[in-house]
Amino acid sequence: MEESCSRNMRSTEQREEAKKVRQKTAKKRSQEGEGEEQDEIFNFNKKPAEEEEEDEDLSDSEDSVYSGLEDSGSDSEDDEEEEKGSDEEEEENDDDDLKVERKHAEQEEEEEEEEEEGGVTEREEEKQEDEYKCDSSDEEDIRNTVGNIPMEWYKDFPHIGYDLDGKKIYKPIRNKDELDDFLDKMENPDYWRTVHDKQTGSDIVLSDEQVELVNRLQRGQFGDVNFNEYQPQVEFFSKDLMLHPVTNRPADKRSFIPSLIEKEKVSKLVHAIKMGWIKPRRQEDDSRGRYYDLWASEDSSILAKHRMHLPAPKIPLPGHHESYNPPPEYLFTDEERALWEQQDPSDRKFPFVPRTFSSLRQVPAFPRFIHERFERCLDLYLCPRQRKMRVNVNPEDLIPKLPKPKDLQPFPTTQSLVYRGHSSLVRSISVSPSGQWLASGSDDGSVRFWEVHSSRCLKTVQVGGAVKSVAWNPNPSVCLLAVALDSVVLILSPSLADRQVVSSSERLLSGQQEAEPTEGPGSVTWTEGEGEELTQGIHLKIQHPKAVHQVVWHAKGDYLASVMPDHSSHLQVFIHQVSRRRSQNPFRKNKGLVQCVSFHPVRPYFFVATQRAVRIYNLVKQEMTKKLQANSKWISSMAVHPGGDHVICGSYDCRLSWFDLDLSTKPYKMLRHHKKAVRGVAYHRLYPLFASASDDGSVIVCHGTVYNDLLQNPLIVPVKVLRGHTITHDLGVLDVTFHPTQPWIFSSGADATVRLFT
Amino acid sequence: MGGLQKKKFERGSATNYITRNKARKKLQLSLPDFRRLCILKGIYPHEPKHKKKVNKGSTAPRTFYLLKDIRFLLHEPIVGKFRDYKVFVRKLKRAYGKTEWSAVERLRENKPTYKLDHIIKERYPTFIDALRDIDDSLCMCFLFSTFARTGKCHVQTIQLCRRLTVEWMNFVIASRALKKVFLSIKGIYYQAEVMGQLITWLVPYQFSHDHPTDVDYRVMATFTELYTTLLGFVNFRLYHSLNLVYPPKLDSKTESELKEEDEDDYAMNSESYLEKLSALSASLARVVSTAEEEEAELDQFPVEGEDIEKMEAREKEQKQQEIQKKLFEGLKFFLNREVPRESLAFVIRCFGGEVSWDKSVCIGSTYEVTDETITHQIVDRPNVDKQYINRYYIHPQWVYDCVNAKIVLPVEDYFLGVTLPPHLSPFVEEKEGDYVPPEKLKIMALQRGEKPAHEQEEEEEEEEEDGEGEDEEEEDDDNEEEDDEDEEAEEKNLKKLEEQRSQGKSLQVKVTAGKVKVENPARLEQEEKAEEKRLAIMMMKKKEKYLYDKIMFGKKRKVREANKLAAKRKAHDDAEKSKKKKMKK
Repeated sequence: MEESCSRNMRSTEQREEAKKVRQKTAKKRSQEGEGEEQDEIFNFNKKPAEEEEEDEDLSDSEDSVYSGLEDSGSDSEDDEEEEKGSDEEEEENDDDDLKVERKHAEQEEEEEEEEEEGGVTEREEEKQEDEYKCDSSDEEDIRNTVGNIPMEWYKDFPHIGYDLDGKKIYKPIRNKDELDDFLDKMENPDYWRTVHDKQTGSDIVLSDEQVELVNRLQRGQFGDVNFNEYQPQVEFFSKDLMLHPVTNRPADKRSFIPSLIEKEKVSKLVHAIKMGWIKPRRQEDDSRGRYYDLWASEDSSILAKHRMHLPAPKIPLPGHHESYNPPPEYLFTDEERALWEQQDPSDRKFPFVPRTFSSLRQVPAFPRFIHERFERCLDLYLCPRQRKMRVNVNPEDLIPKLPKPKDLQPFPTTQSLVYRGHSSLVRSISVSPSGQWLASGSDDGSVRFWEVHSSRCLKTVQVGGAVKSVAWNPNPSVCLLAVALDSVVLILSPSLADRQVVSSSERLLSGQQEAEPTEGPGSVTWTEGEGEELTQGIHLKIQHPKAVHQVVWHAKGDYLASVMPDHSSHLQVFIHQVSRRRSQNPFRKNKGLVQCVSFHPVRPYFFVATQRAVRIYNLVKQEMTKKLQANSKWISSMAVHPGGDHVICGSYDCRLSWFDLDLSTKPYKMLRHHKKAVRGVAYHRLYPLFASASDDGSVIVCHGTVYNDLLQNPLIVPVKVLRGHTITHDLGVLDVTFHPTQPWIFSSGADATVRLFT
Repeated sequence: MGGLQKKKFERGSATNYITRNKARKKLQLSLPDFRRLCILKGIYPHEPKHKKKVNKGSTAPRTFYLLKDIRFLLHEPIVGKFRDYKVFVRKLKRAYGKTEWSAVERLRENKPTYKLDHIIKERYPTFIDALRDIDDSLCMCFLFSTFARTGKCHVQTIQLCRRLTVEWMNFVIASRALKKVFLSIKGIYYQAEVMGQLITWLVPYQFSHDHPTDVDYRVMATFTELYTTLLGFVNFRLYHSLNLVYPPKLDSKTESELKEEDEDDYAMNSESYLEKLSALSASLARVVSTAEEEEAELDQFPVEGEDIEKMEAREKEQKQQEIQKKLFEGLKFFLNREVPRESLAFVIRCFGGEVSWDKSVCIGSTYEVTDETITHQIVDRPNVDKQYINRYYIHPQWVYDCVNAKIVLPVEDYFLGVTLPPHLSPFVEEKEGDYVPPEKLKIMALQRGEKPAHEQEEEEEEEEEDGEGEDEEEEDDDNEEEDDEDEEAEEKNLKKLEEQRSQGKSLQVKVTAGKVKVENPARLEQEEKAEEKRLAIMMMKKKEKYLYDKIMFGKKRKVREANKLAAKRKAHDDAEKSKKKKMKK
């Protein structure tokens, strides 16, 4: 190849010489069996140049190929000479050629073709020479010499360019307008093949050949009809063993010496194998998808032994809601749907909205299917599992088995009488020890005396102030009533008994007239009733320094305790002795706001209930013996069992606590029966009953048996809920008390009535 | 006073637990590997009772594992495999970085793999344990078998899942173990009873999945790895328990038939075989070819007293089950192309029916539409052009409802163009007091063998019944009200009397004739009992009261919900009725 390139530079003589030399080498090469192949390469290069079908003589030798090659860049004279030379050589080569051709019978045809082509090129070059005579430069239109410029530059001129002689070429008189054009289009059969030439401004009608050419080019084919673009390829390197080598270069030395680099590599590999770094190729393990009887021999596993292991719970099964066509009641209404959308996803009852489809065909894919499965996966490996003990209790079993109320009779069950007369809430009631009379004190400033059986009001005493507390003297031999209002305690003798009793009680009141007025700090003053008051029955007035809230009698009827709740002073409780008209303050210290007090029915004990605790004082020894913790916020009332060993406390936080004094200072039982504050509690003197009154308008009567056996705890059973009082100003029942002998109960309420339940 | 000071958190519950991070460090595993190990071994975190104690005084949220669990993981051979894999990845990266392609190839060939057989054996020591836990694996495999073979996971996994699920379905058909089917909006639930275990699985509808981005497919793939292994072993065992060949082979007779037809449709023989299996139309080959399996008769044991009743009940149940197994025997179905073929073929074949479909839908169809012996054609479109006289054209829901009702239901409700009756969940078992949809009552009546009266009559009856019920209720209310009124009246009278008395003697005293109060002894007794109960409830302890209140609240809520459903239904029915009336007018 290099040779052919340099050849153009040399002179013709040189060329001839060189040619001879080259032809000789070519001969040698052909002997080696390579010559043809090289020729073929050259032929390849020439291929595009060849044209036109041909049936030339087939006798052209290989050398003609060479000549064709040479011609591409040289004169025609050379060609002739060469042809001669080649003819000469042809004869010489004949024998060799025959051999070669015989050897490569298959290639013959190809070669022949190439030979033909060689001939073709020769002649064509001759043809083209004429064209070059006219113009050696590129193919330019010579009718107009302006060159390859945009023709609109001549738009404004009358001419379109210049001919070879430099004369102007005038634009053809163009009188065609759109209409003409259209008519032309309609009438002229050759219109479609007419082309406007901008350069000359003339219309050219294309010939059939030219149209065919355009069509071929548009189809992407070669312009020449006869050109075969899929000619068989000649392989340079083929599988066949050639007679002559491609290159004649002797083998390198290095191809005879073992390679050092390779040796190094091999030794590395050997070392790696020895060290076990490289393992032999593993056998293809296809046992992954192969199954066998895994449980052929069953035994327990470690997990099974593992105490803490819990199997995962199963997914709950779907209900009617999830059906693709659920009953209509399971579909969401608009409100439910809105609620569902508002709710947090974790709060929702269902993670989906129930939907209905009229046929199975219309059911779409569930969009959260993969999510749900993924969440299940997460649950399986991320959730701590816990064994939840499910309470499988029949609720009936939880209800304690109590003795039937029927068996615990008698107790009050029905409301039998209502005592009306007061005009304001009745704060306190008290029953006379005989059980015949009932006294009630109200906020309307009156104390009324009722006959229990007939509910008639026998007597009304206007005391001129809201009555806080009333208490009958428990001594049956006297008939006295203590009334607390404002800061005064009045002792009334209602004269509702035998003359003898009345006289004895009056004697008691007037007994020790010579009481020392100077006793104490002078805070309490005893005065006698006079005039009008005396006719009403008010015999004694005990003036206190502060407002009195409660009065209580001692069981013997001589002593009287009054309560003046006050945070800041120790003057909260006074004990008065009526027979000697003497008062004393038993406490030196303030232990808290005193709510109520009570005497022990038999022994010289005194119960003081403060806000949170009940303190029990021994009056003889003058010391505190016990402090009961009520476990409630604010004690409202207290009652002592006639036996003296049990105390109940009602509190404003709806509780009733039962204390067993022998058992503990903590309540034996807390009863939370009431819905609202407990206002009053009471024990029955004879029957094992106690009651509590509350602001919710109910009185609850409980059975409370106390056993003499110390080991047996009291039995407490609620037996009746009595309702009757109406709630006024958020106040219900204010006081409650039992009849001294009958299983009857009186209650006074904020609705200004007193009621009797029997 | 002597002795060393006791250090905190060195005894007690603090030593029983280990945090996740510590566990991970102890096992020398990365978090993904640790997660995979936990999944494979079934280790889950534990919630300690006293979190603060275990957490060494801190209240930071931490995940705790039992120390014993982690120790148990230490000896797992698969941990070593994980480490090997880590090393392999490192080496591979290095080889890539150095562009040593031969090394890459060599490493690739020696990629470490692991097997999970021993883990399965360890987690499920007995076969029954494995069966009990197979629900999740079935769901997962069915899901994975529907995935497209692109991207999300290995193609082999999908193929394996498909193979295993097809094997499972074939087993269920062969053993006729299917009990319940439910078409839900999520997919189709199946429940089968295998060796006394109820196994439920969910199959999504045949749609391509819209793969969510917030799902970690690695976790799912790890689970699938475990589940495919488990399911494979279970399938093997189950096939052998039925004397079937595993891996499943079609019956030689049917096989030859099939072969003639579609030899050329599939490129790979193995693939076509799986397709043929998944067509579910042919029975499987048995190891010992017996004509029919003899029914195992229950041996009669001499029993006494109550046991006899039990035995009888059991026998009855068994007979019923036998009947249910042959529910579709003798029926010939043809599936139109718009119905879910696989599900229906599976269900029908499970109950002994014959089924076929159009040849172009799937391989393995056994007869043509034109077959005159077809009894039911399952169609899910409003009308069919060419109808044959001697067969029913019914909606697919009929098949599922029949299975759930355990009887062949009347086909009238499921004809073309008819509004379908609601599809009920067979998994709901109504207890006393629960709401039972009227459709279920109807089916129950059919099961008892009562013939459904003409619908309108029924409706009328229902109406009447409803009316009666309401009336009764109203009457009750009235009674109560009357009583109340009586009492009130009495009280008023009393009040008046009292007022008269108290206000003074000026008013003339008048005696009004008393009314005879009629006492209903039963009612009185009831009231007394109610009051007793109320009083006893008052005496409950706080704890018990709380529990009692909770239980009662739950009960009340249940009643409320049932009432709500009933009311909704009634409103709906009323609306329907009024609509009908309007239409008539």
